[in-house]
Amino acid sequence: MKKYLSFFRMRFLTGLQYRAAAAAGIATQFAWGFLEILVYRAFYQADAAAFPMEFSAVVNYIWLQQALLALFVPWLMETEIFSAIVDGNVAYELCRPVHIYHMWFARLLAHRISSALLRCAPILFISLFLPAPYGLTLPTDPLTGILFLLTLILGTLITVSIGVVIYICCFFTISAQGIRIFYSAACELLAGQIVPLPFMPDVIRRVLEILPFASMQNVPLRVFSGDLCGHQLVWAIALQLFWLAVLMAAGWRFAVHAETRIVVQGG
Amino acid sequence: MKRSRKREKKISAIRLYRRYVGIHIRSTMQYKTSFLLTTVGQFIFSFNVLIGITFLFNRFHQVADFTYSEVLICYAIVLMEFALAEMFGRGFDLFSGMVKHGEFDRVLVRPRNEILQVLGSKFELSRIGRMFQAVIVFIYGLLTADIDWNRWKVMTVVLMLIGGSLLFAGIFMIQAGMCFFTLEGLEFMNILTDAAREYGKYPVSIYGKPVLLFCTFLVPYALIQYYPLLVILGRTARLWYSFLPLAAAMFLIPCLLFWRFGVRCYRSSGS
Amino acid sequence: MITVNNISKTYKVAKRNAGFLEACRNLFHRDYEEIRALDHVSFQINDGEMIGYIGPNGAGKSTTIKVLSGILTPDEGTCEVNGCIPWKNRVAYVKDIGVVFGQRSQLWWDVPVIDSFELLKDIYSIPKETYQMNLEELTELLNLSELLKTPARQLSLGQRMRCEIAASLLHSPRLLFLDEPTIGLDAVSKLAVRDFILRLNQTHRTTVILTTHDMQDIEALTNRILLIGKGRILLDGSPQDLRQGYRTMDEAVAALYREYAI
Repeated sequence: MKKYLSFFRMRFLTGLQYRAAAAAGIATQFAWGFLEILVYRAFYQADAAAFPMEFSAVVNYIWLQQALLALFVPWLMETEIFSAIVDGNVAYELCRPVHIYHMWFARLLAHRISSALLRCAPILFISLFLPAPYGLTLPTDPLTGILFLLTLILGTLITVSIGVVIYICCFFTISAQGIRIFYSAACELLAGQIVPLPFMPDVIRRVLEILPFASMQNVPLRVFSGDLCGHQLVWAIALQLFWLAVLMAAGWRFAVHAETRIVVQGG
Repeated sequence: MKRSRKREKKISAIRLYRRYVGIHIRSTMQYKTSFLLTTVGQFIFSFNVLIGITFLFNRFHQVADFTYSEVLICYAIVLMEFALAEMFGRGFDLFSGMVKHGEFDRVLVRPRNEILQVLGSKFELSRIGRMFQAVIVFIYGLLTADIDWNRWKVMTVVLMLIGGSLLFAGIFMIQAGMCFFTLEGLEFMNILTDAAREYGKYPVSIYGKPVLLFCTFLVPYALIQYYPLLVILGRTARLWYSFLPLAAAMFLIPCLLFWRFGVRCYRSSGS
Repeated sequence: MITVNNISKTYKVAKRNAGFLEACRNLFHRDYEEIRALDHVSFQINDGEMIGYIGPNGAGKSTTIKVLSGILTPDEGTCEVNGCIPWKNRVAYVKDIGVVFGQRSQLWWDVPVIDSFELLKDIYSIPKETYQMNLEELTELLNLSELLKTPARQLSLGQRMRCEIAASLLHSPRLLFLDEPTIGLDAVSKLAVRDFILRLNQTHRTTVILTTHDMQDIEALTNRILLIGKGRILLDGSPQDLRQGYRTMDEAVAALYREYAI
């Protein structure tokens, strides 16, 4: 356990070194969130009846998405791992007394959590104090809060487990860059980062809600403002657990397979 | 005599820039897969934005009196403006790397204008991925929107493309100028570049009065987008709005001065 | 003719300490330290001289080179090279100098070397005949004919350095700065580079300022050494003077560094 914690510590310290980068990132995310809210305000004014969520729930969704960007955004990966796979240096990683699946999982998780921790607090804090329709509103009952945290953790783990699968995919292709581009683009859309899932046309939405991408940010961000509740929520959590189990099992099998391939072919 | 010297200088500058572009294209072609993927990536990431707009309009049909086709025209023009600026002005966008690796020193020991050399340091051909999409969307918008085209409107579009790409280039220049003072935290400039491109997909007026004012008088995005767009869509009788993109291009002047100031400070402090 | 008179230059550098608490503290407050890179430096170099400019890391060598090549403006002092002040009227001045930064390449990585040369021809507006003549001469002396068609990324370090040097001389500069030109080279390439520089100096009377940590370069090439430490010129003399009483040049220099505590 200790060695995994040290990945986290390293990441956090490196992150702290770049204080100006963090400040700039916060300012940027704040501006993006603000403009995004204004877009939805314009559509709300155009036709309030067609709005599929409460306006405040959309505002919450947007602020949380900005604050927790580092947890869910698909392009946040460790470039060193990609280049290690491409140039064959990954062979060194196999010499370490930790299995690559565990190590990559821990590293990616540490990377995401530490970046998110460094950046989320200021955005959440400021957005809490914004005037009424534009600010973040906290959930009223503690149960929602607890469910939010639970689904947030599950969503993060799912994001990381897909990320590791993407790493391993690179063993079997010529171009890691291609995989990254296609995965990022697809994930961005399917996970509801371009437009929240409730805003999508019904048929598409119903299909997307079953896919693992919907179990990432879609669930926790909507639980937070009570948009997802009742048996729908139970179903969503069950799906999250299912996808986490499937993705981790698949990733593990995949990693073992990749490992034997390296040993046999010498990278 | 003096005039012909000047002309000669201009010709040699153009020839030099062409030489730079030639080298970049040949370098890019050394990595064909990578180039192809980046181009396709540029295309599909913009495509995601397009899908987002489509989904929203599927539900709401219009926003602040603009229809789907009208928004598409706006989106396509901004995307073209940005793609052009990035294709040619990427050297300024990536300037922090040049300062960090000491390559700017090399620029300074060469007997040429610094700006020309920085422009030549990068030519981003992969941006045709974005351009390609913008053109398709623009054509689709043209065919579906209810616009009476005339020469004046065509000229307006051309002015928008010129003014817009110069405005974005100016912002890249400010960003580059800041590299002379700090290399950290420049990400916030992305509010003025990427966010402007991303949210430029809708006419600025939908964001409300304060944003419109900001984009009219401080950083003139509205001048390359909203106002001339009104002329194209026939929403205003003020035909002079068509020339506002040229006013936006004037924004380049303070950017240039700031960059020059940065170079002066760099040479006296050597940071 | 280079005349440097009482040049000084000070930098401000942010301090950064290790450790978690320190990193947190640095979030809010940062200390600056003033570093005197050049402290009243003066010297004179005649046309056609070859000078070895030595000193430990951080002594002010590269700052001097940057001032002389017109990149940096000093805080105080004057300097004249071939009748020009380097940091004034940069464009006119740099036409006459060539710079080789040993650690950084000026060749374009992915295209054949000759393409980089053609680009330099346009950058320096070198007349066609001069370019052709220089290219032929450099190709012969540096043995480049096989290399010109190869992309720079496929060259070995020694081959690349030969091309770098040629690239800096295409416009026949009167003054050449060489910053660690033999770093990382194998014995054969080192000798080739040294031979070439000697010949260049003899045939074209190009003034050469060489900074290096390699004392064999100094012994082979220069007859005058400037030693800089902590921003001051500590010694100006011939390699023979410097070496007196020591078995090798390296020992002599190490002893000097110790003596001046730099």
